[in-house]
Amino acid sequence: MPKYLGWRVGLVLAVVAVSCWYLYPPRRTINLGLDLQGGIHLVLGVETDKAIAAHVDRAAADIKSALERKGVAVARVAREGNATITAQLASPQSWNDAITVTNDYSTFERRNADQAAGRFQLALSEREQRRLGDDFVRQAVETIRNRVDQFGVAEPTITRQGDDRVLIQLPGIQDPERAKALIGKTALLEFKLVDDRTPVEAALAGQLPDTSEIIYQRRTDKDTKTERRTPYVVHKRALLTGAELTRAEVQADPNSPGNWQVAIEFNPVGTRIFGEVTEQNVGKQLAIILDGNLYSAPNINERIPGGRAVITGKFSIDEARDLAIVLRAGALPAPVAILEERTVGPSLGADSVRQGMIAIVASAAIVFLFMVVYYRLSGFIADVALGLNLLILLACMAAFGATLTLPGIAGIALTIGMAVDTNILIFERIREELRVGKTPRSAIDAGFSRALRTIIDTHVTVLVTAAILYNFGTGPVKGFAVSLFVGLSASLFTAVFFTRLIFDVVYMGRRKLQAISI
Amino acid sequence: MIEIFRNPHYDFIGKRKWAYLASLVITLIGLISLAVQGLRYDIDFTGGTLVQLRFEEKPSIQKIRASLTAAGFGESVIQEFGESREYIIRVPLGSTTPEQVGRRVEQALAADPSLGKHEIRRVEFVGPQVGKDLQWQAIYAVLAGMVGILLYIALRFDLKGGVAAVVAVFHDVIVCLGAISLTHREFSLPVLAALLTIIGYSVNDTIVAYDRLRENRGKYGARGRNFAEQMNDAVNQTLSRTVLTSLTTFMSTVILLIFGGKVLEDFAFVLFIGIITGTYSTTYVAAALVVDWTYYVEGRVRRAKKAVAKA
Repeated sequence: MPKYLGWRVGLVLAVVAVSCWYLYPPRRTINLGLDLQGGIHLVLGVETDKAIAAHVDRAAADIKSALERKGVAVARVAREGNATITAQLASPQSWNDAITVTNDYSTFERRNADQAAGRFQLALSEREQRRLGDDFVRQAVETIRNRVDQFGVAEPTITRQGDDRVLIQLPGIQDPERAKALIGKTALLEFKLVDDRTPVEAALAGQLPDTSEIIYQRRTDKDTKTERRTPYVVHKRALLTGAELTRAEVQADPNSPGNWQVAIEFNPVGTRIFGEVTEQNVGKQLAIILDGNLYSAPNINERIPGGRAVITGKFSIDEARDLAIVLRAGALPAPVAILEERTVGPSLGADSVRQGMIAIVASAAIVFLFMVVYYRLSGFIADVALGLNLLILLACMAAFGATLTLPGIAGIALTIGMAVDTNILIFERIREELRVGKTPRSAIDAGFSRALRTIIDTHVTVLVTAAILYNFGTGPVKGFAVSLFVGLSASLFTAVFFTRLIFDVVYMGRRKLQAISI
Repeated sequence: MIEIFRNPHYDFIGKRKWAYLASLVITLIGLISLAVQGLRYDIDFTGGTLVQLRFEEKPSIQKIRASLTAAGFGESVIQEFGESREYIIRVPLGSTTPEQVGRRVEQALAADPSLGKHEIRRVEFVGPQVGKDLQWQAIYAVLAGMVGILLYIALRFDLKGGVAAVVAVFHDVIVCLGAISLTHREFSLPVLAALLTIIGYSVNDTIVAYDRLRENRGKYGARGRNFAEQMNDAVNQTLSRTVLTSLTTFMSTVILLIFGGKVLEDFAFVLFIGIITGTYSTTYVAAALVVDWTYYVEGRVRRAKKAVAKA
């Protein structure tokens, strides 16, 4: 009797059992890629530079008011470049006070200090920039995940890719434009006071105070599809932002039937600030601005104590719902740009599945047939091994949660062709040993052991290529590499271990072995 | 028992001078085609927008072009896709808001009633940075693959074998790229995947031959035979395996080519070419180079010894 037969049979049965367990039920266990089931694939770039610039702007404003509180007369404190603040004091006499103030801002390094001129620069350190950028990307991933979860997509993939990219895959999405708008919106909600001392005409002519800016209200007429832009002059400083929100709900707009509005509610801090702001500015207009667009600028009639407000803008129900989602999920820390987008319609996916399946079944069938014709019983054993190979391959994909893409299917088809190579190597070797006159038993032994070294060499080299492919590849190529890798590993098990086991069971157990069917 | 070859004794290695000539001619044709026509890269590599649509009734390309030109997409490339009423429209990068091009193309086509009903099946947009990154990654991946192979073979066999195997792989890559260029196919991500598979396949074949050579060298039968003969024996002894494996893989590929649909066509085409050249290059590039390199080194050693003897 061959050695360890019981153990080996047990191992094979265990592998089959585990594979079946992972694979059942197949419809739910194997993830189909977007190219097979339709959906949207997005790669977003997080523009961390812009967010860092905004961060430095805020720091500059902070430093300026800190200096003024300390009694330092300031001529100018402003950002220069992306991450540097230049400060110009009114007179060099207050130099020491200014330095004391800026010492509190430890993430900035002082440069080009010129005491006589009363001028110095503060630069955000490289390390701090990297840390901030990293934070921004991580926050962006979180925020996008929140939004997608609230939007309701089955099995979304949202992952960070490289330094500043976010990969988003939404299978089965029907309306890609809407999904894109929902994900890509910065959703920075700001409340700013309308500057009632600067007439709009003067501002448009260029007479704009440093502390104010022009913001447009864009309204698209639903019938004529034309856009109307109304300019407003508002104070640059935001009194309150969306960060202080706790709730955002869709409501019917009571003043305009058929349209919808979003009701928002602030947290305790926001409520207090909102109360103070409305109390101090009765009679003025408060502009509600989202991503640089002015939505409305209602008059403040009295102090609003409860921390509630509404955003109106003649929204459709979908627009209002999506706006509520992005407000609840929070603003993106930095604007994002679409770097790559692939949308596959469901019908194309279904066609690809059909064609891919036909191709894979046909290519497997021809290989199976060939093996039986050429090697007879041994060929049949190799075919069973191939079937086991496929089973293990699919089970591994289910277990890893890997996604089956079209190139992935091609990879499987190719694996079938290459897995059979292993058996051909062994069988040819056995035939050769038989030709030089060895007994069937020793021919089988010699065939397997001699071929094994070659088989390991060939497998390792192809595995090396597959690993390199995986490391470098994006989506589809990665899928291909995964199936190649798993398929080749499985073929080591099935074509060598399993085939040998069957040979042992079929031939080696017999007391007298006259011939092998090979 | 069906056998393709029974104890074959073809003189493969002896005819290597002719094969060198053939390899040179084929790679030259490939290189010239690459130099003159270049490779057409898919938007995966160049960036741009691709819209695939299926019409209920197939309009002429001119009609589609007219409505695209009216919308300002005169530079787009329009191609029939597959056998049926499908078209692929490719718009190069260039406008200031490239990520909206897909949407605007859709609108332009929807606005023209004479085109008839159609369904948008696929929209892809690849930004300039992503495309550029991918180009570099592709070159890097191929080079890294070759270095990996070189190191592994040099470690398991010897440096000559490693270098010759990589030259063979390089040969196969050039032939495949040349075939893509000659047939006006596009270099896309699946084509890249196929190319990398061919690298693995080609080297797989080469290793089988090397392994056999190494096994024979320690044996009785190798004595008294010169190196070229030994290499030829190894090639002959593994011939039936090489042919059988190539045949099965080749059959799988042909079926992919026939049934895989338009999406897998280019992928299968590269494999088709690659398997042929990969099988050929094992004997006539890798094995032949090792033989000539070994002779060259031996010749130098002999001359050096003579020089020493004279002195």
